[in-house]
Amino acid sequence: GARLWQELLKWNGWGYNDSKFIFNKKGQAEFTGKRYRLGGMVLPTFKEWIEKTFGASLEHKTTSRASLNVNDVPPPIVNEEFLQDLRATKISYSQDAEDRVFRAHGHCLHEIFVLREGMFKRIPDIVVWPVCHEDVVKIVELACKHNLCIIPFGGGTSVSSALECPEEEKRMIISLDTSQMNRILWIDEKNLTACVEAGIVGQDLEKQLAESGFCTGHEPDSMEFSSLGGWVATRASGMKKNIYGNIEDLVIHIKMVTPRGIVEKNCQVPRMSTGPDIHHFIMGSEGTLGVVTEVTIKIRPVPEYQKYGSVVFPNFERGVACLREVAKQRCAPASIRLVDNAQFQFGHALKPQVASIFTSFLDGLKKFYITKFKGFDPNILCVATLLFEGDREKVLQHEKQVYDIATKFGGLAAGEDNGQRGYMLTFVIAYLRDLGLDYYVIGESFETSVPWDRVLDLCRNVKERIVRECKEKGVQFAPLSTCRVTQTYDAGACVYFYFAFNYRGISDPIHVYEQIERAAREEILANGGSLSHHHGVGKLRKRWMKESISDVGLGMLRSVKEYVDPNNIFGNKNLL
Amino acid sequence: MKCYTPVIYKGLSPCKPNAIKSAVLQSEQVQYVIKQLAKEMGESPDIIQEEAMEILDEMGHRMQLGAVRFFAFTLSKIFKQLFQRVCVNEEGMQRLQHAIQEHPVVLLPSHRSYVDFLMLSYLLYTYDLALPVIAAGIDFLGMKIVGELLRRAGAFFMRRSFGGNRLYWAVFAEYVKTMLRSGYAPIEFFLEGTRSRTAKTLTPKFGLLSIVMEPFFKREVFDTYLVPISISYERILEESLYAYELLGVPKPKESTSGLLKARRILSDNFGTIHIYVGQPVSLRTLASGRISRCPYNLVPRHLPQKPSEDIQEFVSDVAYKMELLQIENMVLSPWVLVAAVLLQNLPAMEFELLIEKTLWLKGLTQTFGGFIEWPDNLCAKKAVLSGLTLHSNIAGLVDGHVVLNDKGVEDGAVGEIVFRHALAVLMCATYRNQLLNVFVRPALVAVALQMAPSFRKEEVYSCFNFLRDVFSDEFIFFPGISLKDFEEGCFLLTKCDAIQTSQQEIYPTDKGSGTVSFLSAMFRPFVEGYQVLIRLNTYIPVVNNAYKPRRLKSQLIFRYLSKEMKEAFTEKQFIPAVRNFVFQLLEKGSTQCYEALSSDMQKNALSALVQLGAVKKKKTPNGFTYNVNQEAVGKILDMFDARIPVQKPVAARL
Repeated sequence: GARLWQELLKWNGWGYNDSKFIFNKKGQAEFTGKRYRLGGMVLPTFKEWIEKTFGASLEHKTTSRASLNVNDVPPPIVNEEFLQDLRATKISYSQDAEDRVFRAHGHCLHEIFVLREGMFKRIPDIVVWPVCHEDVVKIVELACKHNLCIIPFGGGTSVSSALECPEEEKRMIISLDTSQMNRILWIDEKNLTACVEAGIVGQDLEKQLAESGFCTGHEPDSMEFSSLGGWVATRASGMKKNIYGNIEDLVIHIKMVTPRGIVEKNCQVPRMSTGPDIHHFIMGSEGTLGVVTEVTIKIRPVPEYQKYGSVVFPNFERGVACLREVAKQRCAPASIRLVDNAQFQFGHALKPQVASIFTSFLDGLKKFYITKFKGFDPNILCVATLLFEGDREKVLQHEKQVYDIATKFGGLAAGEDNGQRGYMLTFVIAYLRDLGLDYYVIGESFETSVPWDRVLDLCRNVKERIVRECKEKGVQFAPLSTCRVTQTYDAGACVYFYFAFNYRGISDPIHVYEQIERAAREEILANGGSLSHHHGVGKLRKRWMKESISDVGLGMLRSVKEYVDPNNIFGNKNLL
Repeated sequence: MKCYTPVIYKGLSPCKPNAIKSAVLQSEQVQYVIKQLAKEMGESPDIIQEEAMEILDEMGHRMQLGAVRFFAFTLSKIFKQLFQRVCVNEEGMQRLQHAIQEHPVVLLPSHRSYVDFLMLSYLLYTYDLALPVIAAGIDFLGMKIVGELLRRAGAFFMRRSFGGNRLYWAVFAEYVKTMLRSGYAPIEFFLEGTRSRTAKTLTPKFGLLSIVMEPFFKREVFDTYLVPISISYERILEESLYAYELLGVPKPKESTSGLLKARRILSDNFGTIHIYVGQPVSLRTLASGRISRCPYNLVPRHLPQKPSEDIQEFVSDVAYKMELLQIENMVLSPWVLVAAVLLQNLPAMEFELLIEKTLWLKGLTQTFGGFIEWPDNLCAKKAVLSGLTLHSNIAGLVDGHVVLNDKGVEDGAVGEIVFRHALAVLMCATYRNQLLNVFVRPALVAVALQMAPSFRKEEVYSCFNFLRDVFSDEFIFFPGISLKDFEEGCFLLTKCDAIQTSQQEIYPTDKGSGTVSFLSAMFRPFVEGYQVLIRLNTYIPVVNNAYKPRRLKSQLIFRYLSKEMKEAFTEKQFIPAVRNFVFQLLEKGSTQCYEALSSDMQKNALSALVQLGAVKKKKTPNGFTYNVNQEAVGKILDMFDARIPVQKPVAARL
C-alpha cells in the first residue's frame, strides 16, 4: 500500500500527479485531472492575471528536472547490527533512494526548490513501515539499543522544515513512516469517540467514519494528505473548528511511544484535573519526544445539511468588523473566512469559463449591481465566504442571523456559488505554486493568530513590509502580498498570508525569499501576532521560540525532552 | 486666487477638524482615563467628559482654507517687506512631497523666531503640499484675534506644563496621535520647545516627540517620517528683544497690540531666510533592532503606559539626532563669520584685518562641514560690508575700524555703559553662536589642548570629556558617544593641519597654533563664564543676604563660606542674584566676560552643576530648590584648572 500512495503523488511538488495547472495549446490556463471540481476546466482570465500580477510571461519558463537523479542522492549510513535486528521483526523497510528522498522533506518553498534543482545534504538512511503500535515499540527499542535517530513521518505536508534531516546527524536516520497504521480500531457510538491509528490520512478518516454515519469535522486545508498523528504533533487546526474544535479540543486520548516507554492516560474522559495535561506535552511536540501511535478522537454524526454562502463588503475594515461582531455574538458558522481585495481578484481569475450566455449575463448583472448600484469599488471590496452545517432548519436560521449582522457592516450577500468556489480553491491553491515555479514565480503562505484589536494593523503592516522588503532586495515587480482572516475566536483571529513574486533577475531567489519571509515574521511579532497559529515551529521558526515563550518556558520544554529522550533518539531538532 | 490642491497622505480619509475632536473624545484612550478619574475622584464621568471637551476646545485647531488663504496673502506682503529673499532647497521639497504621500510626517523645524512656523506653512502652501498642524504654546491664545486666526491656519495649542494633569495629557496625546494616525496632516512642532534666544540649538524636549512616535511603537502606523528642517535668518527679527530678555528685562507678553507695535519693524530690512528641508528620516529604520516589542504586546494599546527605559533612551537619541541634522543643514551667512571674528577683537578691529580673518574663517568653517551661503563671485569685502549694512544696529565702521554699536542702542532706559555694551555683545554673540553648533567638537579639543597639563592623549581626552559634560546643556552632543566626538574633533583639526597626533600624543602644529587659539578663544566666553558662574554658586546664599564683592577673590572667605552656607535657593532667586553679581564684577573690571550676564548661560551652568552632582535639585511644593555641595563644586573648578588626575579606565579605550 505504501508504494501505491507514493506513486500517486508528485515527487517534486504538491499533491496528485494527475492534478496540476497547465497552459494548454491555446495558451489558456487549465486544471487537469478529475479529482477536483475545477478539473478539466479552462480558466480564461487566469493567464492575464498572472501576467499582470507578477509581470511574468509564458515565454520565460524554467523546468524542473524530470525525475530524481539517483546518483545525486547521498549514500545511506548503515548500521548493520540494527538492520539484522530489524529484519528479525519482519517490519517492512526500504533503503531505496526514491523512498528516502520522498521522506526527506515537507512542502516549504526551499524544499521543493531543492527537489527541482538540487539535492538535500542529508536524507533518511532507511524508511520503515510499522503496521501497528507494537511495531513502533519494537522500532523505538531498536533505535535506542543502537543509538540511532528516528524521524516520524506522517503525510509529509509540513511547512516548517520539520521533516528536514539535521545535516550534522552522524547516526543512521530512520524515517518512521506511519502510513500503514491507518485503521479505525473502534467506534464508540455511546460516547461518540473513535480510536484510530495515527497514520490515517484525513480524507480516509472522514470517508471511513462516514460509512458509519460519523465524521470528526477536522478539516485542515491539507486534509487530503496530512495524517492524524501529524495533526497531534503540530497542534493542527481545522477549517470547521467553530463547530468541531481544533485538535486539542477533539483529542480524548493519545498513545505515544517514547524512548522512556509508552505515555498515555488511564481513562478516556472529557476532562481531568491531574496536574498539567500531559496531552499538551505531546501536542505540538513535533516529533521530538516520540511517535504518536493511537488517538481516541471525538466524532459527530454527519450533518444533515450543508450550505455555502458569501458576503461582499465595501472594504476589508468593514469585513473584519463584521467577523469580530460574529465572534462576539458567538454565532460563527462552521467556517467563516474573509479574503482581502487582492485575493478576491485572484479568486476571480480562477473562475472557469461559463457554459451559457445566461450565466455570464447573470454574472454581469451581479457585478453591475455591486459596483454601480451599491457603489463598491472593485479594487477595494472584499469577500467573506461562509459554510453552515447542521440540521436544515437551524442552518437557515443561523444563516439569517449571520447575514443580518453582515448587513449592519455594509455587507451584501453574494451567493452560494462564490462561497463554494472559495472553499474549493483552498485545496487547489496549493497546486498553484508548482505552476508559478515553472514561470519564475515563487511563493508561500504563512499564518499567525492575533488579538482582534490588532488584526487590521497587523494585516496592513505585514503586507506593506513584504512589498518594501521585496523592493529593497531587488525584486523587480511588486509582489503579490495578500491576506485573509481564516478563523475567528473570542479573543482574536487567525490570519493567513500569501506572498509570491517574480524572481527573474535575482541570482539567489530562495535566499531572498527567506529573508523576506523572515522580515514578515518579525513584522508579525512586532504587531502582537503569534509565531504560529497551527503550522508549528519546526526548524524554520526556532529562532523566535525564546522570545515567544520566555527563557523559563523554553527550559520547561527542554527538561521534558531531557527526561523523555535523553539520548535524542527523536533527533529531528525541531522546536527547541 | 491660487488653486490649492495639496498632495496628501495615501491612506487619508478626509475629515473635518470637529470630527477629529469627537473621535478623540470618544476614543478608548480618553474614555479610559475619564472613567479612571471618575472612579478616583467620585465624580460623574459626564463632568469629566465635559472637562475633556473644554480642553479639546481650548487646544484644537480649526483649519480653514479661507484663513489659510488670508494668511498666505498677508504673509506674502509682509514677508516681501521684511526679507530680501527666501531660499529653499527644491529637492528637499520634492522629498517631502513623496514622504507626505507615503507615511505620516512629522516636521521638526529649528526655532529661532515666530516667523518660523508662519514661513513654513506659507512655503508648504506655495508648494501645494498638505498644510501642517502646528503645536503652539498656549500663550498665543492671549492674543485676541491672532490666536483665533492661527487656530484657523492649523495651530493647536498646548499648555506649557501639564505634567500632573492626567486628563490633559490623555486628551492632548490622543489629539496629536489621532491626527497622525489618520494622516490628517503633517504634525509640526519644535524639538527645542521654545525659540532659542541665543541661536544655539537648545537641548531637545521629549514629550511631544514621544507622543508622535508612539503610534509606530504600537504599530498603528507602518512608519512615520521625521523631517528635520533648518531655518536660518540672516538677521533675526527678534534679535534685540532676545538680548533684552537675556539681560533680564522682562519679555513682553504676547499681545495683539504688541504685534501692532511691531509694525515699526516692517520698515526694517532682515535680509535672507534660508530653509533647508532635510531628508525625511524613517522612524522604522531608526528603531530597527532597538526596541523590544514585548511591552506593547502585553497591554491593550489604549491603556496609558509609561514608556520603558529603552524607549525613553531611544526617544532621547532620536531627538538629539534630529537636532544634529538641523544643525548640519543650517545655512550660515557671512555675517556669522564676521561676528565670530569681531567678538575676539573688541573693542575695535581694523577693517582690512577683519576681512582677512573672515575669509580665513570661511575656509575653516567649510573644512568643518559648515554650510556657508557665500556666492562664488562675491568678494570678501563686499560680503563683510553687506553684513555690516544689514546689522548696522550691532556694529559699524568708524575710521577704518569696526566697532560694536553700543552707544545709542534702543531707548537706553537703563542708561549704563555695562548694560549697553552687554546688549551689543549678546546680539553679536547670537550670530557667532550659529557657528558654535558646527565648531563645538574640534573647538573643545582645542580648549582641552590648552587646559591639559600635557599633550598626552588621555589627558587631552579627559579634559575634552569634562568639557563635554559641563557644556552638555549648552551645546548639542549625541548622548554617550564622547569618544567618538573627541575623535571627530581631532579628525577635523588634523584635516585643517591644526594638530598632529602620534600614538600617545596630540599637539598643535606650528602652523596650527593660530587655529587652536582662535578656536579656544571662540569658546572662552563659555569657559570663563562657567567658571565665574560656578564659582558664584558657592556664594549664592550670601548674595541673597549680604554680599560683599571686595572679598570675592579671597580664598579664605571662599573656604569659610563653603563651610558655613548650606541654605537652599530657587532658580528665581538664583538668576537675579547672579546677574547682579556679574554686573558688579564687570563694573569693577574684574572680568570681561559679558556673556556671563546671559540668563541662558546662567541657567545652563546651574543645570550642568545639577547633572554633575555638585548641586542638588529638589522638588518642593513651590517648585524646585537647589542646594550646593561645596566640595563637589570645588572639584569641578579644579577640573577647569586641570588639577584632577586622568581616570585610567577611560584612557584605556583610546
